[in-house]
Amino acid sequence: MLLAEQALNGLQYGMMLFLMAAGLTLVFGVMGLINLAHGSLYMTGAFACAAVAAATGSFWLGLAASLAAAAAAGALVEIAVIRRLYARDHLDQVLATFALILVFSEGTRWLFGSFPLYLKLPPSLSGAVVLPGGLHYPLFRLVIIGFGAAVALGLWWLITRTRLGIRIRAGEADREMIGALGVDIARLYTIVFALGAALAGLAGALVGTIQSVQVGMGEPVLILAFVVVVIGGIGSIKGAFVGALLVGMTDTLGKALLPGLFARVWDASSANTVGASLASVLIYVLMAVVLILRPQGLFGARG
Amino acid sequence: MREMLNRDTAINLAILALLVAAAVAAHLLGEGFAVTLATKAAIFGLAGVGLNLALGYGGLISFGHAAFFGIGGYVTAILASHAAAGTPVATLPFTVMGSNEMLGIWPMAMLAAGLAALAIGALSLRTSGVYFIMVTLAFAQMLYYFAISWPRYGGEDGLSFYVRNSFPGLNTFAPIQYFAVCAVLLAVALAFTAVVTQSRFGLALQAARQNSQRTVAVGIRPYAIRLTAFVLSGMIVGLAGSLYADLNRFVSPAMLSWHMSGEIMVFVILGGVGRLCGPVAGAAIFILLEHVLGGISDYWQALLGLLLLAIVLFAPGGLIGIVTRRGRHA
Repeated sequence: MLLAEQALNGLQYGMMLFLMAAGLTLVFGVMGLINLAHGSLYMTGAFACAAVAAATGSFWLGLAASLAAAAAAGALVEIAVIRRLYARDHLDQVLATFALILVFSEGTRWLFGSFPLYLKLPPSLSGAVVLPGGLHYPLFRLVIIGFGAAVALGLWWLITRTRLGIRIRAGEADREMIGALGVDIARLYTIVFALGAALAGLAGALVGTIQSVQVGMGEPVLILAFVVVVIGGIGSIKGAFVGALLVGMTDTLGKALLPGLFARVWDASSANTVGASLASVLIYVLMAVVLILRPQGLFGARG
Repeated sequence: MREMLNRDTAINLAILALLVAAAVAAHLLGEGFAVTLATKAAIFGLAGVGLNLALGYGGLISFGHAAFFGIGGYVTAILASHAAAGTPVATLPFTVMGSNEMLGIWPMAMLAAGLAALAIGALSLRTSGVYFIMVTLAFAQMLYYFAISWPRYGGEDGLSFYVRNSFPGLNTFAPIQYFAVCAVLLAVALAFTAVVTQSRFGLALQAARQNSQRTVAVGIRPYAIRLTAFVLSGMIVGLAGSLYADLNRFVSPAMLSWHMSGEIMVFVILGGVGRLCGPVAGAAIFILLEHVLGGISDYWQALLGLLLLAIVLFAPGGLIGIVTRRGRHA
């Protein structure tokens, strides 16, 4: 029973990571850009949702606001800063997007103060449902899982079945060629960047209902999203999906099970200590193993 | 070319001289705090010099050097706290006692940081480009979370040791004397970097940065060269971490965090990538900005961010690049 609950938690965590990693991997794949400020867009979404939900009393309006605010922030950042960086080396991209994090974090602190905000769930989404087998599980976590799955399907449809998807894939393969064929590259890149930002914003808003909304909340998630992208392979949405679920499951199950496993060998207190420490590094062990076996990631094309 | 080199050397010496002069002047004026700021600049400069070896000369964009900085710091704090308590650090496989002698602590800090750099480098260098950045970042973050969840040495709260470690013949508590220790180590690291980058190894490293395939064609294995540079780089940064721990007599997981990695990288880029004294100038300017902007606004990090953005977008050669009017690599 505990195991089933933890597995669902892992699934929910993985779906949330997928929302983050999908945007990152799209931007890597299409534009060859490393964006450290992706976590700031996640934070923007969370704050927009919290502020609008508090002002209007409607969680759904907040959710819409999170998508809009993150997409707008993404588009703005792309036009003002990011588009000057495509031709630069990764070092400039890292430094410039690191600078963006400072600006975003301090700007948010200035607007909203240092205290965390809390998002209240609408009554229709709070409470628990009884799953087959008698497990009581919070409805909202199931909703997050649903959102993640829907986004995964939607992205798959977008990339493989629509004109925009064709252009995105073409831009990935040969930027000059699709430019010569009359596609407005600058606009395409802005759209892709805003799309990735909107997904990050959505993730931020959803997680804001489980944890508190505060400055700096995007940074730990960003690192995990990097781990997901490294495991899955750069530019691959499928890789991001599989990687996110692997990382989500490994982290959640590791934290739930390792201390108990060690307790069978050692006394309780040291088992707890060692178990917790090991669980916190488990996903990095997973990443190291994948790197040793496949340096380009599970679904990566390039090395 | 010759004129360029002389100009660079002059700038390098001028930066070091300026740092020392600032500290001595502050000491004579009785401004102990300013001496401490100069010490901080020297230590961060040393970290930058270490990273520059991998980043500037080797083209290895490591976003994980906080790992080595933090390891250097933790080794120092652990040895010092055990020495204060009179307990051994380890009893298996042999007894290791704590120490409060800098001369004993530095090699240990460098060794530990070097071993970590060997492990992280060996894995990370299997990848390149964006992967390398993310993988080094992730491994450093792994150590960060490990430090947080390991209560024995303070966990999230960090680890204090109340007495600064000692150096024979010096009173390390006197700010100017501790500055001297740090400045001399910085000068040694600069001289070491100058020698290494002009050696056959250093030339091979820079060749591998410029064109990996040609390097292979002339019979040099880039992997081994890069790994060596990564380890040397990690050891220098580990030494800087040890000095930083001694400056504060305190270490915390923040030393291992990715903000630290970003800052060390900022020192290098602010001053100019692949320039001998670039990181020293960058660190000094960073400390100065932190101090000045911090006085202007509570939200000084936003100002710092905007300033960084402007430098990246409009002056990619860094500040020394503006002075020498030259692109980024020597």
